Amino acid sequence: MILAERLAKRFDDLWAVTDFSLEVRPGEVVAVLGPNGAGKTTTVRMLVSILQPTRGRAVVAGYDTSSHGLEVRRRVGVLTEQHGLYLRMPAYDYLDFFGRVYGLDDATRAERIRHWMTYFGLWEARARRIGTYSKGMQQKLALARALLHEPPVLLLDEPTSAMDPESARLVREAIQGLRSEERAILLCTHNLQEAEMLADRIAIMTAGRVAAVGTPRALKDAWLGAPIFAVHLTRSVEGDLPPMPPSVEVVAAQGREVRVRSPRWEEDNPRVAAALMAAGYGIVRFEEEPRRLEEVYLRVMAHEVADGN
Amino acid sequence: MGTDWWRGAWLIAQREVRDQVRDWRIVLPVVGFTLFFPLLMNFTAQQLVHFVARFGAHIVAERMFPFLMMVVGFFPSSISLVVALESFVGERERRTIEPLLAAPLTDAQLYVGKLIAVLFLPLTVSYLGVLLYVGGLHFTVGWHPAALLLGMVLLLTTVQAVVMVCAAVVISTQATSVRSANLLASLIIVPVALLLQWESLMMFWRRYNVLWVTVAGLAVLAVFTSRLGLAHFNRENLLGRDIDVLNVRWLWQQFWGAFRGEATSVGAWYREVWQQDILTLGWPLLLSVMLLLVAGGIGAMWVARLPLPPVPHTSLEELRASWQGGDVLGVPLVGWQGTFAVWWHNVRAMLLAALGAAFSFGVVGVVVPMLPYAVIGGALAWFARGGWIPPLVGFVAMVLPHGIVEIPATALFMAATLRLGAALAAPHRTETLGVIWLRVWGRWWRVFLGFVVPLMGLAAVLETHLTPRVVAWLLF
Repeated sequence: MILAERLAKRFDDLWAVTDFSLEVRPGEVVAVLGPNGAGKTTTVRMLVSILQPTRGRAVVAGYDTSSHGLEVRRRVGVLTEQHGLYLRMPAYDYLDFFGRVYGLDDATRAERIRHWMTYFGLWEARARRIGTYSKGMQQKLALARALLHEPPVLLLDEPTSAMDPESARLVREAIQGLRSEERAILLCTHNLQEAEMLADRIAIMTAGRVAAVGTPRALKDAWLGAPIFAVHLTRSVEGDLPPMPPSVEVVAAQGREVRVRSPRWEEDNPRVAAALMAAGYGIVRFEEEPRRLEEVYLRVMAHEVADGN
Repeated sequence: MGTDWWRGAWLIAQREVRDQVRDWRIVLPVVGFTLFFPLLMNFTAQQLVHFVARFGAHIVAERMFPFLMMVVGFFPSSISLVVALESFVGERERRTIEPLLAAPLTDAQLYVGKLIAVLFLPLTVSYLGVLLYVGGLHFTVGWHPAALLLGMVLLLTTVQAVVMVCAAVVISTQATSVRSANLLASLIIVPVALLLQWESLMMFWRRYNVLWVTVAGLAVLAVFTSRLGLAHFNRENLLGRDIDVLNVRWLWQQFWGAFRGEATSVGAWYREVWQQDILTLGWPLLLSVMLLLVAGGIGAMWVARLPLPPVPHTSLEELRASWQGGDVLGVPLVGWQGTFAVWWHNVRAMLLAALGAAFSFGVVGVVVPMLPYAVIGGALAWFARGGWIPPLVGFVAMVLPHGIVEIPATALFMAATLRLGAALAAPHRTETLGVIWLRVWGRWWRVFLGFVVPLMGLAAVLETHLTPRVVAWLLF
């Protein structure tokens, strides 16, 4: 659905994006994380064919963004960083205008506008001018605009910024609801929790390039090491622990808690449990220690700085 | 451009017009111009009729009515300039442009939609204003314009508005802020003010045929300007540039890069200019030569129609005596001082023509060099008509010795200038108009400095040292 190969974009002397390669398959949600100025917005603009790449290529919804911009734009729903709403226009008219631009017939347009405005709690305020809307309402309206033509590809740039927690949850639920076998969603965000919650895979961007990409777990494994599991025992550890499988590293053993780490934890954890139980320790619970995405993000950034990128 | 294409453009136009109607800052002057201004002009016309009647100068009032009609038509259309100037850059500044750019609309649909929108309201108001003014005058002083005059004023108003709007939209697509667009608007306001003065004079003199030519000229200009706007409309640039600072170094780099090219030595530079600029001038060069011939022909035809005095039958001695003075209007035409004077005169004229060409899509740069050739054609025809010198002998004696260099140099200048104009109107999707402007000028200067100026120098040497001898040898 989205295939970007070594995309790069230069504005005069400034390279905004230097090397962006990523694939988002149908049914997948991929989040792009990165600091301000990492090139996320420029990438989105290239993917929707507003900007032409200086190097590389992108295929979105089956069309090359450089040669078939119109076809790409027809099949992409974009929530831009700036909502770009016409403030003097009534909200309903605004959606109606974009519905027409996307070629929806009268009945479909009316039905979808009603659906999304109701979903986002805007229906009662449909006749109000957009300028009178709160920031959150404006964000929801912009999102409704992006969804109106039910595009197979969604590019969402900061979809929940400026929203109160309740509205943000509503939008996240909407994104979850939009997952389908036929749809690819690319989500640019600063909100790591949101990325982890919504995305199947995460790409971390810095200085115009993708520095790391993978599922949240794979990223954590790669950047924070194998997960650590805390084994809570029925009694305190006495003397040496029983022999553990060779791939298991005992990080600490103190009191009623043993902390172990293994890259093959799916296979090793039952063996650890068996060894401990054979040694007479009862097991209260096995608990994975939380590995925060924030830590991964910071390590990637630090690594990039160290590498001089 | 099928129905779907126009539907897209019309959607943009419709939304824009609705948006304009919602803005009291636009609605208020629109209402004022539609109602108040025509009535004020009516009142003015009535007062004028009464005033001039006291002196028996009815003709002044009669000439004033069409003029005021033109003014009534023009004033509301000036609003279109304000709206057009902020059409794209305003959306960019309000950050509403991005969703529109991300929508399935082509550049041309966006551009044409905006163009229709900014023209629609002011032109409607213009037409209404003119009709109100004419209707008012009909009832108050019993004057009504001939249908042709009314049609001409409405057409003039329309093409004027289209030219202003097209130019303003070009500015709007290239400017980085509304402020910079407003500052650049003087590029439109000053020529339009001059044009209005010209039109006013023509109205007073009742030279309606000249005004029809003006309408036709403006229509051509409107086509060129809209083509220019469309050619340089670039959705990428609408989002890509944020900084308004004048970067002289960067500007120079763009110009110098185009001027210097890849060359590392003067020889290599000349080779590059020859290969990339001169040899690629084929069609423009052919057209230029043909235009010079046409200019000579027009000059000759004109002489046949004009009541010119007969050629003075001066004796050879008298001619020799007058020739020894060797100057025309104080400009020496022989010797090295004459060489420099002739060269500088020609180069200066070319530079001024090129300056005009920059603002006329190359037209001035082509027309100005044609004028002396029309004079030459006329002079040769005049001499022949007077039975003094056969045209061919005159040409061989007075033109060919230096013309063999000067004519190709002039044609080269015209061709390069034509290409300069054409390059500005040609589509460039990846560069801004400013960059294109600098680069085409860079390439124009390559041809001008590398070939035209030296050739004109050589022609001046021939004109002041060889031509007089040939003239003396062949004619005296």
